[in-house]
Amino acid sequence: MRVVIPTLLDRYTSGEREVQGAGATVGEVLQGLDQRFPGLRFRIVDEHDRIRRHIHVFVGRALAADLAAPVGPEDTVKIVGALSGG
Amino acid sequence: MNPAPEVTLLLGTRKGAWIVRSSGGRQRWETRGPFHLGATVHHLVLDPRDQRTLLLAARTGHLGPTVFRSENWGETWEEASRPPAFGAPAGDAPKRSVNHVFWLTPGHASEPGTWYAGTSPGGLFKTTDGGRTWDEVAGFNQHPDRVTWCGGDDGGTPDGPKLHSILVDPRDAAHLYIGLSSGGTFESTDAGKSWTPLNRGVAADFLPEGEHLFGHDPHCMVQHPLQPDRIYQQNHCGIYRIDRPDETWVRIGEAMPPEVGDVGFAIDVDPRDPDTAFVFPMDGTDVWPRISPGGTPAVYRTRDAGASWERCDRGFPREQAWFSVKRQGMAVDRAEPLGIYLGTTHGSVWASLDGGDTWAEVVRHLPHVYSLEAVPCGS
Repeated sequence: MRVVIPTLLDRYTSGEREVQGAGATVGEVLQGLDQRFPGLRFRIVDEHDRIRRHIHVFVGRALAADLAAPVGPEDTVKIVGALSGG
Repeated sequence: MNPAPEVTLLLGTRKGAWIVRSSGGRQRWETRGPFHLGATVHHLVLDPRDQRTLLLAARTGHLGPTVFRSENWGETWEEASRPPAFGAPAGDAPKRSVNHVFWLTPGHASEPGTWYAGTSPGGLFKTTDGGRTWDEVAGFNQHPDRVTWCGGDDGGTPDGPKLHSILVDPRDAAHLYIGLSSGGTFESTDAGKSWTPLNRGVAADFLPEGEHLFGHDPHCMVQHPLQPDRIYQQNHCGIYRIDRPDETWVRIGEAMPPEVGDVGFAIDVDPRDPDTAFVFPMDGTDVWPRISPGGTPAVYRTRDAGASWERCDRGFPREQAWFSVKRQGMAVDRAEPLGIYLGTTHGSVWASLDGGDTWAEVVRHLPHVYSLEAVPCGS
């Protein structure tokens, strides 16, 4: 499936803003991406597999609540940095 | 007379890191950067063992904590492949997550590649490969009394409780001290396997009356390089000194002028004189404004191990100057005469090149400075 990478993470993907992912859940997709782009996953989830507070992962138009959220092969996974603060 | 040696200042700020180099005998200052623009950089430290490796503690926007290393003064950076992170908790204890890496300390001279990191919430981590991979110091992080000593991860310091002031005894790699706000000072003599509170004599005005063995709020501690049994501490509740093997801290801040008080964040020492130390007091009255008392910044210097203090304000603004200096924001060089440097909450660097007698602003307009280290130039 298509995975959209936010600008603030594209240094992990050598500047690629769209990459191909695979997996049946958000967690599997991120695990697969981390194999190809080391360090990317830890910027999205913490050490206890919780999606970081200001990161949103959308599957299609639905916000994934956690890494168990299902993903289909035709879905687009969009990772968004919800930047806030001063 | 030989010209004064040059100095490099390593600045961590709320919006990135900068490196400032002197020339002309510390008379001119050139600013390089930013590095990691937009990231909160809590600490940027040079490895004194190889004089080449920089480690940088960053919180990259909302992307969580990490550590970068550079071996070419910031031209390129390598991110830790395994940054500091807590493991699974024992039993049903709450899961802990590192919010930011706050403090970096190079390990003992006999242990190249070893560094320690202190985090918020309070955790101690260690690397033995120069910062590429980090592991918990389980002897502290999983100590059965840690929560009793330090409380939960949400309390205390406004932007999160912190582990800081990791001191490695230059005579013994296994002898460590750490400071926690909240929690106090703790000592290990077995390389972090076991820990003992070291807080006798330290006030804790925010706790019920009486002596407390833990739960204190040290802001910064510094161990004298020539006399490692002497440690100075700037605490939330005063300035202290201890001379081990004494077990009780002495409140040397009682000799400060009462109208100034002995609250502050930063403290440092003259590396050639164990009796000389410097503090930058802040206003700790009522709601804790945490700025220079009365809007008149000054360093206070003791030359008698805290028996007396003298105000050093020549060169600082005389009114309406409301900056402060955070706990990692004061550093000294090893030049003669001694250079002392302050990174301020208003993004300036103030320097004294005569041991604290006179001060001048040598860098301005940077973001809020969190940390400042002074290292030999050209190293």
